[in-house]
Amino acid sequence: MTDFSHLSIHETITCLKRKDFSVSELIDFHVSSMENGRELNAFITETADIAREKAIDSDNRYLKGEENLLDGIPIGIKDMFCTKGIKTTASSKMLENFIPPYESTVTQNLWNDGAILLGKLNNDEFAMGSSNETSFYGEVKNPWKNSKGNFTVPGGSSGGSAASVAAGIGLASLGTDTGGSIRQPASFTGTVGLKPTYGRCSRWGIIAFASSLDQAGPITRNVKDSALILNSICSHDPKDSTSSYKEIPDFVNATDRSIKGMKIGIPKEYEADGISEDISSFIEKGKEWLIDSGAEIVDISLPHIKYALPCYYIIAPAEASSNLARYDGVKYTHRADAENIIEMYEETRAQGFGNEVKRRIMIGTYVLSSGYYDAYYLKAQKVRSMISQDFKEAFSKVDAIYGPSTPSTAFEIGDKNKDPLEMYLNDAFTVPVNLAGLPAVSVPVGLDKGNLPIGMQLIGNSFDEESILSIASCIEKSAKFDLTPEKWWING
Amino acid sequence: MDNFIKGETGDWEVVIGIEVHAQIISNSKLFSSASTKFGGEHNTQVSFVDAGMPGMLPVINWVCVEQAIRTGLGLNAKINNYSIFDRKNYFYPDLPQGYQISQYQQPVVGEGSVTIDLDDNNSKTIRIERLHLEQDAGKSLHDQHPEYSYVDLNRSGVALMEIVSMPDIRSAEEAQSYIKKLRSIMRYLGTCDGNMEEGSLRADINVSVRKPGQELGTRCEIKNVNSIKFIGQAIDFEARRQIELLEESKDIKQETRLFDPKKGETRSMRSKEEAHDYRYFPDPDLLPLSFSEDVIDEIRSKLPELPDDKKERFQREYSLSAYDANILVSEIETALFFEEVAKGRDPKIAANWITGEFFAAMNKLGFGISDSPISIDNFSKLIKLIEESIISTRIAKDVFEMMLEKDEDPEKIVEREGMKQVSDTGELEKIIDAIITENPDQVEAVKLKPKLMGWFVGQVMKETNGKANPKLVNELLNDKLS
Repeated sequence: MTDFSHLSIHETITCLKRKDFSVSELIDFHVSSMENGRELNAFITETADIAREKAIDSDNRYLKGEENLLDGIPIGIKDMFCTKGIKTTASSKMLENFIPPYESTVTQNLWNDGAILLGKLNNDEFAMGSSNETSFYGEVKNPWKNSKGNFTVPGGSSGGSAASVAAGIGLASLGTDTGGSIRQPASFTGTVGLKPTYGRCSRWGIIAFASSLDQAGPITRNVKDSALILNSICSHDPKDSTSSYKEIPDFVNATDRSIKGMKIGIPKEYEADGISEDISSFIEKGKEWLIDSGAEIVDISLPHIKYALPCYYIIAPAEASSNLARYDGVKYTHRADAENIIEMYEETRAQGFGNEVKRRIMIGTYVLSSGYYDAYYLKAQKVRSMISQDFKEAFSKVDAIYGPSTPSTAFEIGDKNKDPLEMYLNDAFTVPVNLAGLPAVSVPVGLDKGNLPIGMQLIGNSFDEESILSIASCIEKSAKFDLTPEKWWING
Repeated sequence: MDNFIKGETGDWEVVIGIEVHAQIISNSKLFSSASTKFGGEHNTQVSFVDAGMPGMLPVINWVCVEQAIRTGLGLNAKINNYSIFDRKNYFYPDLPQGYQISQYQQPVVGEGSVTIDLDDNNSKTIRIERLHLEQDAGKSLHDQHPEYSYVDLNRSGVALMEIVSMPDIRSAEEAQSYIKKLRSIMRYLGTCDGNMEEGSLRADINVSVRKPGQELGTRCEIKNVNSIKFIGQAIDFEARRQIELLEESKDIKQETRLFDPKKGETRSMRSKEEAHDYRYFPDPDLLPLSFSEDVIDEIRSKLPELPDDKKERFQREYSLSAYDANILVSEIETALFFEEVAKGRDPKIAANWITGEFFAAMNKLGFGISDSPISIDNFSKLIKLIEESIISTRIAKDVFEMMLEKDEDPEKIVEREGMKQVSDTGELEKIIDAIITENPDQVEAVKLKPKLMGWFVGQVMKETNGKANPKLVNELLNDKLS
């Protein structure tokens, strides 16, 4: 079988148009990659049969010259997106048998453009986690082992989405990003992860974690593919009140744009302790690349982002505690046998939710309780607006902000899941972006001493994905990161 | 006027505040497109949103917002053009999302007022604290299966207005009057049908008692009272219960109580300590509700004439008494019926007939105005016949009875049945002369006692089957006998 895994979406579409190979051949390859990659545990549900059927339709469209934007492109979808007639679990026992009778808006947008579902991807339970270790379906393995030869986490919560793309299974995947759940796993796996501006993509049909922070986005192997997927998934959706009416530009076009004259801010707060030396070195390297491309580096300050983590870990659990109340055993969820309704609620939720989800429900319930609301939730909301204000001031001076995606690279499986606080620290650089509703992208720049990928983050002004895509593209070209992990899982 | 309740230790004043839940008239629910029609098969009017399915999002139905604004304007209230939807979190099987979307700190309508009419023709102003929008819950069905309860979600997500009064109400009668007036206003506005039997209007009543002039006492809330009659009974019982406790030097416990219509009493449902912590917070799925002054002005410009204005106009335009005007405007259907019937007629006669014979007949039949067996046209013709003295009032009652049986043109009835009033002087004189000739004793008697004239009038009526024009008969008799 021909190996198509080195091709980008752009290149693949060009080949399909030229009839170098058919969609069916492409799908067969990715289905077998998926099946050979089961060791990674990236997929919860494989939809090979549906994919093969769709491939025939897609081939027919190519024959007639009626192909769409993403026709025939196999894509994996995080199991937080409801897919009509296909089991959608949020990686939770609670939704083990849930088959949605509807399709999320963003996935529907992909299918309308001809993309083909490869399968549903593993993630941290209800997208709560930074290592994909909280999934009811077990941890996902990062295709990148560390230099000691040990398994590492792919990050989370979109761990399956990142791992599959890094392993060459599917050409892209969709993730959701509430506090870094696209960008952190992208950075851990050497892939490109984009979180659009809040409101850019519809949240309709995505299982909610924290409604004011959740946003869908692509994980791809390069920046241009990311832009292409973004063009497909964005739309104004009357079914989501927080969905934006803003016009959707040609994001692909932006990836070819020069960054000459652009002002790029580097927050002094990013030179804080706790960042590995390897990662810090890329702050410096990045500055050189950007200056070489004609951009201007500006020192900025985001004084309140040091409060972003505690602020996030109040607001997100508060919303989650309410969003997850619907999983009560009465309707479509797991249901425990019990004598009465209270016992049924308690047992169902005790059995159906894992520890991390329970922890966040408890935190969220606590911070919203009468007597604590003002001290926690309300205060966190105030801090949130101060953080937004920090960014607003920064963006009056700069076009984008450059810095690390994560404080460290991928850690070993089991290394951090004993201490939730240590796990939460992983989100330090990604969380402020969600609190401010801004777009950001993580782009791979190289490997650290431990042979693990490093991702750098570009944060843009509200609804200015174009600038960060232009800059990310420039960094991508300068960094020339084209390494792929050794495919140990195939013979594993 | 004071409405004090006599106790062992003297007078007590009852203080009442009412929270009304009024179902908004709209085709679809507050945050979904599912139908709101009453009485559908279980779970046939449920969208994915109403069922709390994963990933489903609420989208505001603007019709409901407009209805709330309209109601607010009808209550002379301040309209807040920026308000917030909050989540009220609690677990209940008929609450599929695990929270109710409501408005907590910033409601769409602020302070307003309602004028209620009291029995003695006085009126009183009850202040409104707020009106907010919220979703209704579904319904638990406990009578479908021996071991399980079922849930019907048809009502889940239906739009409600919660209208909160200040504690300005001082008796069961005032409370009833307040509910009636509120219902009347909302029916005029077309914002709530006020049907308490179908649950589209429900009241939670806060009751406390105190010695006149003293601080407010501890209150109890009586939940979900669903008829005007029960509201009166519940308040009377609850006030008595509290007075008895206080007079025995016992404390009132702040609690939520239920009214049992069978026993006519309230009983404890849950204490303050058992009250839920609803963990209200702004719903992140919804943007703040905001609209311009233009939206409010537009709705204001389309408001119908409301009961208070209509009453005033009826008094002015038709010279009706305050009492009659009040009765006629209390239901919009009655007011419309009256104005149609009275068109080109003597409004006082029309008002008397509608509030008198007509209401009595409709009550007896158990009908509402809209079920009237007599058409407006025919009713109006009847008034004309009376007004022009073509038939007497007594005969008119017979015609009216016949019209109730069959909606027929009263002119035809009168013609066919020969019921026309006899106003022919010659004809009447003949009859009168005959009576005088036949009753010489009575003729003598009336000369001594003019009051006996009534006997002669009766005789004439008897001879004419009541059709004689009474005014004319009196004149003729006076000429001949005095």
